[in-house]
Amino acid sequence: MAERNKYSIIIPTYNERLNIALVVFLVFKHLWDVDFEIIVVDDGSPDGTQEVVKQLQQVYGEDRILLRARPKKLGLGTAYSHGLKHASGNFVVIMDADLSHHPTYLPSFIKKQLETGANIVTGTRYVKGGGVHGWNLMRKLTSRGANVLAQTLLWPGVSDLTGSFRLYRKSVLEDIISSCVSKGYVFQMEMIVRASRKGYHIEEVPISFVDRIYGSSKLGGSEIVEYLKGLAYLLVTT
Amino acid sequence: MKHIVKIMTLLVGISALWFGLLKTSMVPSSHTLLLPIYFIMCLGCYGLLMVGVGLMRFPTCPQEALLLQQDVIEAKGYLKQRGVDVGSE
Repeated sequence: MAERNKYSIIIPTYNERLNIALVVFLVFKHLWDVDFEIIVVDDGSPDGTQEVVKQLQQVYGEDRILLRARPKKLGLGTAYSHGLKHASGNFVVIMDADLSHHPTYLPSFIKKQLETGANIVTGTRYVKGGGVHGWNLMRKLTSRGANVLAQTLLWPGVSDLTGSFRLYRKSVLEDIISSCVSKGYVFQMEMIVRASRKGYHIEEVPISFVDRIYGSSKLGGSEIVEYLKGLAYLLVTT
Repeated sequence: MKHIVKIMTLLVGISALWFGLLKTSMVPSSHTLLLPIYFIMCLGCYGLLMVGVGLMRFPTCPQEALLLQQDVIEAKGYLKQRGVDVGSE
C-alpha cells in the first residue's frame, strides 16, 4: 500500500498564453483522483501568459496552481531548479506547455512508477505505442540520425534522449539537476545520461508527441550544432 | 568509470588485437592493414542501416492529433464559461 504521493508538475512557459490554459484543463481532467499541484514557471512572457494563469488560479485554486514567474528568459535548466524550490510533492513531473506532451499520459507515468518503484519514468516517442505526428521526413530523419548517433556514442540505456516529458522522484531530480550544466534540450539529455550513469532505476512509457498546434516552435538550424557539441561534451564528461 | 574511459579501453583493446594480427602474420599483412578501414566502413553502414530502419518503423499517431483537436474544443468551452481568456491568438 503506497503512502500518499503528491506530484508537483513543473511547466516552464514563454508566450504560451493559450496553451497553458488548455494544458491545465487537461491535467485536471486526467489526474482528477491524484494529489498534485501545477507550478508554472513563466519567464516574463510579453503575451500575457501570466494573466491567464491568474485566471486559471481563480477557477482551480491557488493551492493547485502556483505561479512562480521570473523576470525574463533565463533558460530551461534554471526554470526547473526554480520550480523545484517551490515543489511540495515527493514526485516531480516536467512537461512542455505546448500540448506536444499530452496530460493523458500522466496516469501511465504514475502507474509505471508505482509498479516498478523506479526513480525516473521517461516518456519515449520511439517505441511501439508511442509516436509522433506532424513531423515531415526531414525532421524524422534528423531525429532518427541524432538518436542513432547518441545511442552509439553514449549507450544511455533509454530510447528517447531528448524527450522532456518525465517523472522524477524529487530527491533524485535534486541530485541530478545540481550536476548538470548544459542549456536547452541538451540539458534534457545530460539529465537522463547522468541519471543512467549514477545507476538510478529508469523506466520508459510510450507517449505520443503531436507537434505544436498553437505558437511557434523553438527548434532551429543552429540546434544541430548545439546538439553535436552537447554529445561531445556528454561523451567526455559522463 | 567514466564512459569515455570505457570507450577508450575498448578501442585500445581492438588496436592491440590489430597489432597482434600484424605481428604474427597469421593473416596476410595486406589484408590486416586494411582492417581498420573495413571496421570504420562497417560501423558507418551499420549506422546508416539503423537510421534507415528506424525511419521506416518510425511510429506515428495521426489519431492522437484528432483526439487533441477534440480536447482543445472541450477545454476552450469549459474555460470560457469560467472566465478564462481562451480567445484565438
